[in-house]
Amino acid sequence: MAHNTIKLKLNIWKQANPDSAGGFKEYNVEVSPDASFLEMLDELNDNLERNSEEPVAFESDCREGICGTCGLVINGLPHGPLPKIATCQLHMRHFKDGQTIWIEPFRAKAFPIMKDLIVDRTALDRIIQAGGYVSINTGGVPDANEIAIPKEIAAEAFDAAACIGCGACVAACKNASAMLFTSAKISQLALLPQGQTERHERVEAMVKEMDENGFGACTNTYACEAECPKGVSVKNIARMNREFFGAKAKSKNLTF
Amino acid sequence: MTKLDSKIPEGPIAEKWTNHKFNMKLVNPANKRKYDIIVVGTGLAGASAAATLGELGYNVTAITYHDSARRAHSIAAQGGINAAKNYQNDGDSVYRLFYDTVKGGDFRAREANVYRLAEVSNNIIDQCVAQGVPFAREYGGLLDNRSFGGAQVSRTFYAKGQTGQQLLLGAYSALSRQVKKGKVNMVTRREMLDIVVVDGVASGVVVRNMVNGEIERYSAHAVILATGGYSNVFFLSTNAMMCNATAAWRAHRRGAYFANPCYTQIHPTCLPVHGESQSKLTLMSESLRNDGRIWVSKKQNDMRAPNDIPEEERDYYLERKYPSFGNLSPRDISSRSAKEAIDDGRGAQGQDAVYLDFRDSINRLGKDAIEEKYGNLFEIYETITGENPYKVPMKIYPAPHYTMGGLWVDYNLQSTIPGLFVAGEANFSDHGANRLGASALMQGLADGYFVIPYTIGNYLASDKPVKEDTTHAEYDKVQTEVEERFNQLLNIKGKKTVDEIHKKLGRIMWNKVGMARNEAGLKEAVTEIQELRKEFYEDVNVVGDSKSLNQNLERAGRVADYLELGELMAVDALNRNESCGGHFREEYQTDEGEALRNDDEFTNVFAWEYKSDSNWELHKEDLQFEYVKLAQRSYK
Ligand SMILES: Cc1cc2nc3c(=O)[nH]c(=O)nc-3n(C[C@H](O)[C@H](O)[C@H](O)COP(=O)(O)OP(=O)(O)OC[C@H]3O[C@@H](n4cnc5c(N)ncnc54)[C@H](O)[C@@H]3O)c2cc1C
Repeated sequence: MAHNTIKLKLNIWKQANPDSAGGFKEYNVEVSPDASFLEMLDELNDNLERNSEEPVAFESDCREGICGTCGLVINGLPHGPLPKIATCQLHMRHFKDGQTIWIEPFRAKAFPIMKDLIVDRTALDRIIQAGGYVSINTGGVPDANEIAIPKEIAAEAFDAAACIGCGACVAACKNASAMLFTSAKISQLALLPQGQTERHERVEAMVKEMDENGFGACTNTYACEAECPKGVSVKNIARMNREFFGAKAKSKNLTF
Repeated sequence: MTKLDSKIPEGPIAEKWTNHKFNMKLVNPANKRKYDIIVVGTGLAGASAAATLGELGYNVTAITYHDSARRAHSIAAQGGINAAKNYQNDGDSVYRLFYDTVKGGDFRAREANVYRLAEVSNNIIDQCVAQGVPFAREYGGLLDNRSFGGAQVSRTFYAKGQTGQQLLLGAYSALSRQVKKGKVNMVTRREMLDIVVVDGVASGVVVRNMVNGEIERYSAHAVILATGGYSNVFFLSTNAMMCNATAAWRAHRRGAYFANPCYTQIHPTCLPVHGESQSKLTLMSESLRNDGRIWVSKKQNDMRAPNDIPEEERDYYLERKYPSFGNLSPRDISSRSAKEAIDDGRGAQGQDAVYLDFRDSINRLGKDAIEEKYGNLFEIYETITGENPYKVPMKIYPAPHYTMGGLWVDYNLQSTIPGLFVAGEANFSDHGANRLGASALMQGLADGYFVIPYTIGNYLASDKPVKEDTTHAEYDKVQTEVEERFNQLLNIKGKKTVDEIHKKLGRIMWNKVGMARNEAGLKEAVTEIQELRKEFYEDVNVVGDSKSLNQNLERAGRVADYLELGELMAVDALNRNESCGGHFREEYQTDEGEALRNDDEFTNVFAWEYKSDSNWELHKEDLQFEYVKLAQRSYK
């Protein structure tokens, strides 16, 4: 347990509301290397509040990398410099004394900034609402072990389902594409027997919703996979594309 | 003192729920769309209830303070969910799950509720699999299970260390389907600040739009609170940062009795505190105790690195004290044993921590097998501590984790305010004085998918509530009170920050209303909390205004409510002159240091009625144990 501290200069994006112009504001902090990145911001805010200055608005909840609430662009990288973690899992021991850190919100046309570092990601919910489910009601379903699913298939479906809906894939992409997010849900359900019945309608509906919400196209840079805190694979995008063209081949709706 | 009517149905325990379902009145399918229901909370309990009610045809408004239903705290549950499937053919049954849960709860839960929970547990697994929840499977393609504390069978279903996430995403997908169909109106980024009771019946809620600060009103024929637990009273807990007690507490102040507030669960396997800036504690799933062995040095003040302590100098204290359950002893017992070892000066390298060691299972099963089961948990551990648990034993310490107490509900999950139902961790119903691992997810989904959708229909068909307009004078009154509370907080302009006061409260709670309590300490706690509340209202500083996104104000409102609830927790603990489950009163213990219940006086539920500040009236619900005979719990 280290008792030393490090000093940092933070340049944080401040923006009062969606319509106002934002800009960077400088703050100086001194923090224990054992603290997490968000604990550093907590401490900063506690000090600001004590001096009746406005704290920095940022979101977080579980602080275990699973709820997908937090999401900051740190020195240009969504969720910061380390791979496969959410912002809340980043610790200050990875920064050097005297370093300058730039902190911004996730930026994408489909994610309007609400205040400071908080963005609106409800577009992702709308994509799920378009078809990210199996259409069954509560009750009247078969015994769970009536459907045997090969372990490898179940594992692959799980890996896709591990997506936390944070939107880092969108923030990482130069086109602000939501292909990784959308394809993860489509893959999970396309892999499992439960998802077969609605397979074609699902992919069509979800892709359409994705396009309508202002997300860009995929140009295969793989930046999404690199920044995904759960390591969701770009293979899912390939699977989604196959599903999509398979669905279109059978569909009555021929518009793309 | 009035007698509380738990409305337990007649008949043998195994038939109660079936009979009750038959006897309850139904709302016919065409009439369901005439009824509006508000569900506050979209965790496992709320999302499953809202989705199911929407499917049935009711008009549902689902409210959450998150930006998306998928972010509810349930998402963070790691280890698993219990069900009595007996897929492992190891002797499990509905009756055994019922028995284990009643015993695990130290005979302070309602038998009928627990039986129903065990009974519907199997439907939950079927439902989740049908939704496409990717549970862990065996090579033959069938579902895999593991064991959790307090059980000698393998009945826990899991999806790696992300079971809560997968179950919640299942419920969220069902909810999303209803949103698309227009049966659920999803209202996000709204914090419920009060309920509105008209002529003694729950009519609706008043919420704050957290983006623009506007106060909004919603009315319905019935209201469901599925707003989670209150462990964050302790400041440091395993709960998510935003988990809070406001919804339940405000309902309490409007007439809903609060049951067993002192029953809190301190989870034995969490990461130790690293310093003052710490914002929350991280759980290391109990499933780790399937293969990890817990120990401390036999010597006091042993500063040696754990790998330098030879086998014969290690005290595997759970295996020693409780040979039949060993490392899988229930949580209350495991936490207390850790505390004893540390109080005895045998904490890991002098810290407030004990070891959780995988050396033996890695030698026995190989590193790959351990990695497959717990890989992501080991990664979490390494990310946070910078140490590799494959090589060095983990250091763990108990932390506040779950609250068995909550709003009092009858068998129908209805609170003492007619029309106000409570589901999931927010109610007190099924876990008695101690919850067994993997049973909270089970309870949340049981309440939401399989219990409330029936019982609320019965309420609507029998009581025929009317929906008030939100222009009703009572809504004006409640809104004014809510706004005055904000103005009061914003106008104090003192010197203390909200977190500073919250941390102080947390320290009082942890030291005096935590793992071990005694009369003198609890009395001090009551006085100290009252003083702290005074300090808060005189000297807190809340920055900004109420008409915009203001997280400082949100936190201030929550801490104001903790400062009242914390006092009630201490009062409850003070009045319960016995030890049971998570409530350990130092005065009441056996010669071996185990919890000593007093069944003659305390085989009951304490349900507190709010009268005025620091003033409650105690009501008691007597508990009958007809099936699981009252006995001192033994895990030896
Ligand atoms: C780290 C961790 C691991 C766990 N692991 C397990 C496990 O393996 N197995 C197990 O069985 N249990 C586990 N538990 C316990 C279990 O996760 C919880 O008890 C359970 O998920 C609670 O579900 P819920 O639906 O009642 O509430 P929550 O999931 O807490 O949801 C509460 C909801 O209410 C909303 N809400 C609350 N107040 C308001 C308000 N005022 N206004 C608007 N909305 C509001 C929130 O936004 C949220 O949507 C774990 C708990 C923790 C902390």
